[in-house]
Amino acid sequence: MTQGVLSLDNRLGLDKYEIDEQSHISIEHSRCANCGLKPCLTVCPAAVYVWVEDKVAIRYENCLECGTCTIACEGGGNGGITWHPPQGGFGIVFRYG
Amino acid sequence: MDEFDVVIVGAGPAGATAAYLCANAGLSVVVIERGQQPGSKNVSGGLIYAQIYDEIFPNFWKDAPVERTITGHSVVFLGDTAATALDYRAEASAPHYNAFSVLRAKFDPWLAAQAEAAGAMVMPGFTVDELIVENGRVCGVKAGGDELRAQVVVVAEGTRSQLLKQAGLREAYSPKDVSIGIKEIIQLPEQTITDRFQCLSADEGAAYTLVGHTGGVQGGGFIYSNRDTLSLGVVAKIDSVYKSKKQPHEILDEFKSHPFVARLIHGGEVVEYSAQTVHRGGFHLIPQLYGDGYVVAGSAARLLLNNVMTLRGMDVAVASAAAAAKAVIEASGKGDFSAAGLASYEEYFKATSVYKDMQTFKNVYPLLENDRLFSTYPDMVCAIMEDMFSVQLQPGKKGYRALRDRMKDHDVSLLNLAKDVYQIGRGVAL
Repeated sequence: MTQGVLSLDNRLGLDKYEIDEQSHISIEHSRCANCGLKPCLTVCPAAVYVWVEDKVAIRYENCLECGTCTIACEGGGNGGITWHPPQGGFGIVFRYG
Repeated sequence: MDEFDVVIVGAGPAGATAAYLCANAGLSVVVIERGQQPGSKNVSGGLIYAQIYDEIFPNFWKDAPVERTITGHSVVFLGDTAATALDYRAEASAPHYNAFSVLRAKFDPWLAAQAEAAGAMVMPGFTVDELIVENGRVCGVKAGGDELRAQVVVVAEGTRSQLLKQAGLREAYSPKDVSIGIKEIIQLPEQTITDRFQCLSADEGAAYTLVGHTGGVQGGGFIYSNRDTLSLGVVAKIDSVYKSKKQPHEILDEFKSHPFVARLIHGGEVVEYSAQTVHRGGFHLIPQLYGDGYVVAGSAARLLLNNVMTLRGMDVAVASAAAAAKAVIEASGKGDFSAAGLASYEEYFKATSVYKDMQTFKNVYPLLENDRLFSTYPDMVCAIMEDMFSVQLQPGKKGYRALRDRMKDHDVSLLNLAKDVYQIGRGVAL
């Protein structure tokens, strides 16, 4: 089967997740409010971070667990993201890797 | 009372190798892995260089779930719409076959099984929450609400390693020193892949390193042939991604739309989308590899070898883990797991060919900062090739004239070219 250009949501829809009820990512909104660049909004391959009603909202259930956001936030942002690996067995489950 | 001699965080190539070697030496070893099974959290470009694996797991390719033996290596410069390739093809060499393509979700469970067969206990489905540090000494881990104490902890948790940072044992990473790898697995019939990658049989495969056409970000692409899938991805520096204001999947789409890439993946179906941070690695960035009660191995120690042509992570991980295991086994014999007792790790790592290769290619890293290499030269090389191969109404040019004209088109001065050739020579060739 041939596919055209896939939307990000379609891409994420191909992946297998074991979704935890609890977010493994938390945000310190006051820090984000003072963050000029907000690299998290651009750099996340799963667009986990979106700008909704004047603040950063998290769609943690899409997270690919690559770690890019933490490095971008620490070095290029304002350190507002706290990322902890999901509880054992939860989160993304790669079938190929 | 310590529960184990060795607790290992992460069941990737580094963790599994350390577990295998320590268990073989009679130590009690537990490996804690946060995925449902080893490999289910792991992403790599997908090539393993076989030498070090063969040293530790002789003839591993006979049993291990490898995809194809890599017999073709190409470096391809992508212009706007054209491509110029440096294409190397060989017959399948004798064992150890140099390189294989692998899929981590299949390969890592095999490695972990070797460690288990040697007597290590592998516990998947548990996330290590923190290192237990007492009086400045690491003496175990906390996972799932429990404490697990050990004489020594092997930190092999991969690129996004946070345990050492939480414990104040490493600095924050810089977005300049880390890339993001964005990857897709694309399914195609086995025979189509064999034909399209110019292989003689389904046991052979090819690896493409691609430079250019990555949306203006500093990075490159790769396409590796697996049995009935392709591993395709772009690796780009994190700071250059957020400065570009392009989202990673858009950069990937731009890369996939190039005619050279499109031809290789035509008709294929994307079956998985993944991403992973990739350390810049390099000789100058080799960190402190050990301390009181712990050693760090593999990507958790930012170890990676990039010589532009190849990107090596999984064999570097195994080499560092083997050196670490040797030091741990010795420390156990002496009953000294202090930093001094574990210091031989560094000596053993320095004696590996991996370390020597890192030293050999230490001048590659300035190249990776050079924008012209990613954005200008690939297109310029293709334009010169066009001049040489195309027959047009206006008279043709000889090579040097074509070069000078295309340098002008691409805004490259002779001085810049000379500096860049010197840099490339210093980094890769001379």
